[in-house]
Amino acid sequence: MKYMMLINQGSGPTPQSPDEWARLDAADQQQVVADYQAINATPGVTPGHGLQLPETATTVRVHDGRTSTTDGPFAGTEEALGGYFVFEADHLDAAIELAARVPAARLGGAVEIRPIMEW
Amino acid sequence: MTDDELRYREQWGRVFAVVVGRFGDVELAEEVTQEAFEAAIEHWDPTRGPVPTGWLVVTARNRAIDRLRRDRTWAARAHLLVRDDVVEDPVDAMEDSDVVDERLELIFTCCHPALAVDAQVALTLRALGGLSTREIARCFLVPESTMAQRLVRAKRKIRAAAIPFRVPPPDLLAERIGAVLAVVYLIFNEGYSGRDDLSQEAIRLGRALADLLPDEPEVHGLLAVMLFHDSRRAARFDGTELVLLADQDRSLWDVGRIAEGRRELDRARRLHGNGSYVLQASIAASHAVDGSDWHRIAQLYTDLALRTGSPVVELNRAVAVAEDEGPEAGLALMEGLPLEEYRYLHAARGELLRRLGRTDEAADAYARALTLTDDPAERRLLQRRLDELHRP
Repeated sequence: MKYMMLINQGSGPTPQSPDEWARLDAADQQQVVADYQAINATPGVTPGHGLQLPETATTVRVHDGRTSTTDGPFAGTEEALGGYFVFEADHLDAAIELAARVPAARLGGAVEIRPIMEW
Repeated sequence: MTDDELRYREQWGRVFAVVVGRFGDVELAEEVTQEAFEAAIEHWDPTRGPVPTGWLVVTARNRAIDRLRRDRTWAARAHLLVRDDVVEDPVDAMEDSDVVDERLELIFTCCHPALAVDAQVALTLRALGGLSTREIARCFLVPESTMAQRLVRAKRKIRAAAIPFRVPPPDLLAERIGAVLAVVYLIFNEGYSGRDDLSQEAIRLGRALADLLPDEPEVHGLLAVMLFHDSRRAARFDGTELVLLADQDRSLWDVGRIAEGRRELDRARRLHGNGSYVLQASIAASHAVDGSDWHRIAQLYTDLALRTGSPVVELNRAVAVAEDEGPEAGLALMEGLPLEEYRYLHAARGELLRRLGRTDEAADAYARALTLTDDPAERRLLQRRLDELHRP
């Protein structure tokens, strides 16, 4: 079973928002980085990417053949995707356990687990 | 419930569980379990006694294999078949004891926290209780189509997200048992407000869990709580009028239920249980067996409040303290509880104020409680209390 692990930063601190990030002390900052590295090194994980802030997003729609482009993410800024990786595991409990190790989950964000469609 | 119905419900869960265990698909299991029972009506000769579980299991399994091979809807899931799936003759599979019991795995799947609680409840009643979708819909006062949709979504999610069919490993077990017990207790409480069959189903599930998890004190604790509450069923109503514990005719209490509850509670204590169900069972036992030892009940509520942090438990503690030390002490504990919208807070305050002769305040409290309930029996009880206040 393959799961897409969608990371939502919520209002949590990331290095991209220096003021928020500075609320963590140096040890906590290092721990966050180490945790993401450990997740990427976990068997079954295909590392994905962290995304730049939702404010940098551009949303595109096509109506009647005309492309419309708007500023900002499809979801609200607060709900926008912050990063992702793929995890292959036997069952959902394994994915839940790994999701709980993602720093965003304990820092005010959340991880959404989506089974990947298989054909 | 007749013996036949009991046997049917027991067997339903067993057969359903074996099929899920083998093929990992709850939707398929539901369809072929249904078919196996229909086949039994058609093909099983009742003069040979009741249909054996083994016969049903083999029949259900054969139907599943058949579908996976032939039916286009299921063909995409043919990978669920394994090569050694031999189609046995169901007549060879007669011994119930030969059938592995996988209901425990099944209940952990049904009560997985990745499913919404209302779906957990519905699925548990369908998969383990053998209730039909229509029966479950009626119990929860929703249209049958809504309940069917809820069940379909839950079954699909189990497959799509690969919710495991297993007894959780030790590090997850306590938390997941908590989820299972919460579902069973919810089913019981739904039944307590009148839909008796749900309470009986919850007790049946509780007994099965106590058999399957004999070393878990909270499992025995929950079963004991349900048995003690259920023992007072006949005494809780006089006709259609609600009768409170203190006014109940104790000769109507079911001594069989109380004795069984007592045994379960003893078992939980021998296992050193002191979780929230064991504490609730101890409180219920004190009412049932010791004639309400209020001092001890107040202590138990103090422990329970520490464990749960629930303001409703604090309210119950205040009621027990009022009985033990007097109404003033109880009223003081009720001050500031965040239960302004909770009818039982106002009903309990009304009772204590009445005892203190503070009639006007008592009337206000009862009137407030009345605005917070639509239940006809509760409304009549509160109205009687109000009327009695103004009688000399």
